Amino acid sequence: MTDRPVDRLSSYPSRAASPYSQGGSSTNLADILERVLDKGIVIAGDIRINLLDIELLTVKLRLIVASVDKAKEMGIDWWEHDPSLSSRAHGDSELSLEIKRLRAEIEALKEERQLSSGKDEQVAEEKPAVRRRSAPRSSKSRRSAEARDE
Amino acid sequence: MSDAVAYAYAVVRHDVEGLDEALADVVGVAGRPVHLVPQGPGSGLAAVVSTVPAQDFQESALRRHLEDLDWLETVARAHHTVIERLSAHTTVLPLRLATVYLDEDRVRGALREDSEMFTRALDRLTGHIEWGVKIYVEPRAETAGPVDPAADDGLGVGRAYLRARRAQRHSRDEAHRAAHQAAERVEEIGEAVAVGHARHRVQQGQLASEPGENVVNDAYLVARENAEAFRAEILRAAEGLSGVRVDVTGPWAPYSFATLPGTEPRAPDQAP
Repeated sequence: MTDRPVDRLSSYPSRAASPYSQGGSSTNLADILERVLDKGIVIAGDIRINLLDIELLTVKLRLIVASVDKAKEMGIDWWEHDPSLSSRAHGDSELSLEIKRLRAEIEALKEERQLSSGKDEQVAEEKPAVRRRSAPRSSKSRRSAEARDE
Repeated sequence: MSDAVAYAYAVVRHDVEGLDEALADVVGVAGRPVHLVPQGPGSGLAAVVSTVPAQDFQESALRRHLEDLDWLETVARAHHTVIERLSAHTTVLPLRLATVYLDEDRVRGALREDSEMFTRALDRLTGHIEWGVKIYVEPRAETAGPVDPAADDGLGVGRAYLRARRAQRHSRDEAHRAAHQAAERVEEIGEAVAVGHARHRVQQGQLASEPGENVVNDAYLVARENAEAFRAEILRAAEGLSGVRVDVTGPWAPYSFATLPGTEPRAPDQAP
């Protein structure tokens, strides 16, 4: 009863010798990555890489990894630009640009608010310092701006 | 100082006949040969190792490389190939990708440090394989496409459109219900036959190569003697259900079960 399946399974290396295991080239990359990156035993190596970085990478990969080739074909290269994934490589300059951009946006929003609150309260000139810190969060960009600016 | 470091793939029992020969023609990470590093006298454990160039596997290089999908894919596939080859001969404890030591002495040290855990895990996994089980929702093709308002039987275009939309949604709901049913069947089979069950995050994204929406992505640890029966039963789980597909992948080395749940030395899985 039990020998047939065992035979088949113990012969899977020879199946592996065919396409199955040419570097697993026919095995779905997503299936491999979720195992080799997410599973398996974690023991401390001498070369320490922050696992969190890898996990973050994995999460991002999950969104795309089912077809890396297709992604490349389409020129999708988010990993080059995502500061959370490549902070060291490109992140710094991009991040500071982003911060600059967001700061400018905040200033613009502040001005806008002062103008419009001036209109509402009709005492704009007398109350130049109405700097309520928790202004109504009117827009998404402001929200992200505040978050980034901390 | 050395310009080579030791990349460890897995932990295995050392006393397995033919293991050295089996590894003789395997090409590992960085195109390097693969060999066994026994822990030493009095121990039955060995690590499976390749000597790889330090310049590619030291911290900063590794971090950079891991963000390069080409590199990652190549290394992941090579790592997986070594694990596969080992699995054909013995029980394998796969290590997380990119577990790297300065030299083989350090590898032996790591084996010593956790030898008890390795031995227990090897005992637990002996004679078992892992199957991946994925469930996909595939709403029927004829209703999944864009709504065709020309299918108008006396209704106005607007009402015909709404009706077609409703039918579409209905088909989707139905497919999801069917998937739920399939998932229950799979879990039942799992409870009856498998000795371990692990959940992976579902594979998603517009670029997912498999058609349909992946709603379940699990792994089951199954005794070898039940492996074929399990697979066959799982593949029947979607029988009679429309809009659902069940895929089985493997047999895999027991990647998803190498660490006992609750003993993982890292943050708990944050799968949604």
